[in-house]
Amino acid sequence: MATDGQKKVVVIGGGIAGMEAAAQLARMGYDTTIVEKQARTGGNVANWDHLFPEGRLAGEVVQQLYQKLSPVRIITGSSVKKADMLEGQYILTLADGSVLTTDALVVSTGFRTFDAHRKEEYGYGIYDRVITSADLEGMLNEHQPLFPGRHKGPRRVAFIHCVGSRDEKVGNRYCSKACCAMAVKQASKVKELYPDAEVYCFYMDLRMFDRRYEQMYLDAQAKSGVNFIRGRLSEASEDLQGRLVIKAEDTLMSKPLKMTVDMLVLMVGMEPASGARSVAEMLKIPVGHDGFFNATNELLEANCSGTPGVFLAGTCTGPKTIPETIADARAAATAADAYLRKKS
Amino acid sequence: MAVQFGYSINKSNTIDMDTAPRAMESYLLLHEPSFARCIGCGCCTATCSSGVFTQLNLRQIQLRIRRGETQGLLPEIQKCMLCGKCQMVCPRGVSTRNVVLSIQRALQLLS
Ligand SMILES: Cc1cc2nc3c(=O)[nH]c(=O)nc-3n(C[C@H](O)[C@H](O)[C@H](O)COP(=O)(O)OP(=O)(O)OC[C@H]3O[C@@H](n4cnc5c(N)ncnc54)[C@H](O)[C@@H]3O)c2cc1C
Ligand code: SF4
Ligand code: SF4
Ligand code: SF4
Repeated sequence: MATDGQKKVVVIGGGIAGMEAAAQLARMGYDTTIVEKQARTGGNVANWDHLFPEGRLAGEVVQQLYQKLSPVRIITGSSVKKADMLEGQYILTLADGSVLTTDALVVSTGFRTFDAHRKEEYGYGIYDRVITSADLEGMLNEHQPLFPGRHKGPRRVAFIHCVGSRDEKVGNRYCSKACCAMAVKQASKVKELYPDAEVYCFYMDLRMFDRRYEQMYLDAQAKSGVNFIRGRLSEASEDLQGRLVIKAEDTLMSKPLKMTVDMLVLMVGMEPASGARSVAEMLKIPVGHDGFFNATNELLEANCSGTPGVFLAGTCTGPKTIPETIADARAAATAADAYLRKKS
Repeated sequence: MAVQFGYSINKSNTIDMDTAPRAMESYLLLHEPSFARCIGCGCCTATCSSGVFTQLNLRQIQLRIRRGETQGLLPEIQKCMLCGKCQMVCPRGVSTRNVVLSIQRALQLLS
């Protein structure tokens, strides 16, 4: 509870960015509240299974963050509908009509995964055996068999990179950054669970930018036996047995290539969270063409929205991996602290 | 005599991974495991002493084996002089000389 003179911060969005920013602000002595629209905190990570690069359990990572939230008030199943600035304070009206006052805001509304139905030539929602990377995380998390029933013998799985990213056709020019490493992680996992499965990654470029990611790639090739084909999938169709026939150009061979697979995994990219635009309008946060929030200076003030007292954390400003999100959240907390210290 | 209309059926140019012969690939993965580490960078081809005068392309030969496109490989691989320059430049530590030797052995075994 707030003591006299204790300044207040409200964090919008309780994914890992919001959780980390809130924990840091509470540690600095601010009266901190998270407003999360879902029934629980953890955001997207709470849906994942094992995390790259080292295979930590997503549930445990979220739990570790949650343990730091004891001094933080958490309001779930709600969102901010209205924000008014009055004498340097924000008066926030929540969905249920209740009112919160605060000295500063951290916006950490995160991302939603690309809706793969929009890439209709890949057959998501049309063919049973086409799933997304997010679906696969859920299946792995719940220990579901990946190839229920029907034909026996070795299975073939293809992972398709850049679905909904680097694609003007769906209106997303940018790279989603985490999905190359994610594909290598998931492909290796499938090989671990089904050692005689044949696993292929179809990529345009492999963006293994982290110190540990190139090692993951090498291990996927040399230890797990994952195959890599450079080329973007053109289309998928179903054969009479219900298996999938996929086509791409093997661009290093300069030849068209086709194969039949038992499962197609689409590496869906990150798009701004649904409702991010109305949050931006409400708090006057600048938004890029792609819908992600723009900071005032993407190099030196990557957490400042330009609106006094409103700070940005995590994937609401663009795709990020978990360690990048956590570092960004801490930076946002520091920026908010600097602002609040100056404020009388 | 059959009438000739001047039409013929072209051989498919598509790599069909459902029918591609993979025996050579399996042989190489077993006998020279570093074969799995290739990232197709082309350094070996760029430095190749023989490739300056011939069509020898070790990057592409390795990829063709992975896609089962092994027809006509013998005259290609015979252009290699086993000088080992390719091995010195490979960023993934592929034992390219032994890849070449293993391909030659596999060609004998599989012929
Ligand atoms: C399939 C997949 C697997 C991944 N695996 C890995 C991995 O193994 N390793 C790794 O480093 N990264 C991984 N990532 C990336 C990781 O998911 C992100 O880095 C992380 O989720 C970003 O956290 P965030 O808090 O910014 O956003 P989010 O996780 O999206 O959290 C945002 C939160 O804000 C809430 N919210 C949104 N709008 C509002 C609103 N208006 N009001 C209130 N609340 C709101 C949402 O409900 C959500 O809880 C993966 C991504 C995908 C798609
Ligand atoms: S990280 Fe890889 S899969 Fe994801 S959009 Fe970028 S290049 Fe494509
Ligand atoms: S060993 Fe053969 S392939 Fe390698 S550089 Fe020499 S001639 Fe070329
Ligand atoms: S130099 Fe090495 S990694 Fe590059 S194409 Fe040749 S064998 Fe492959």
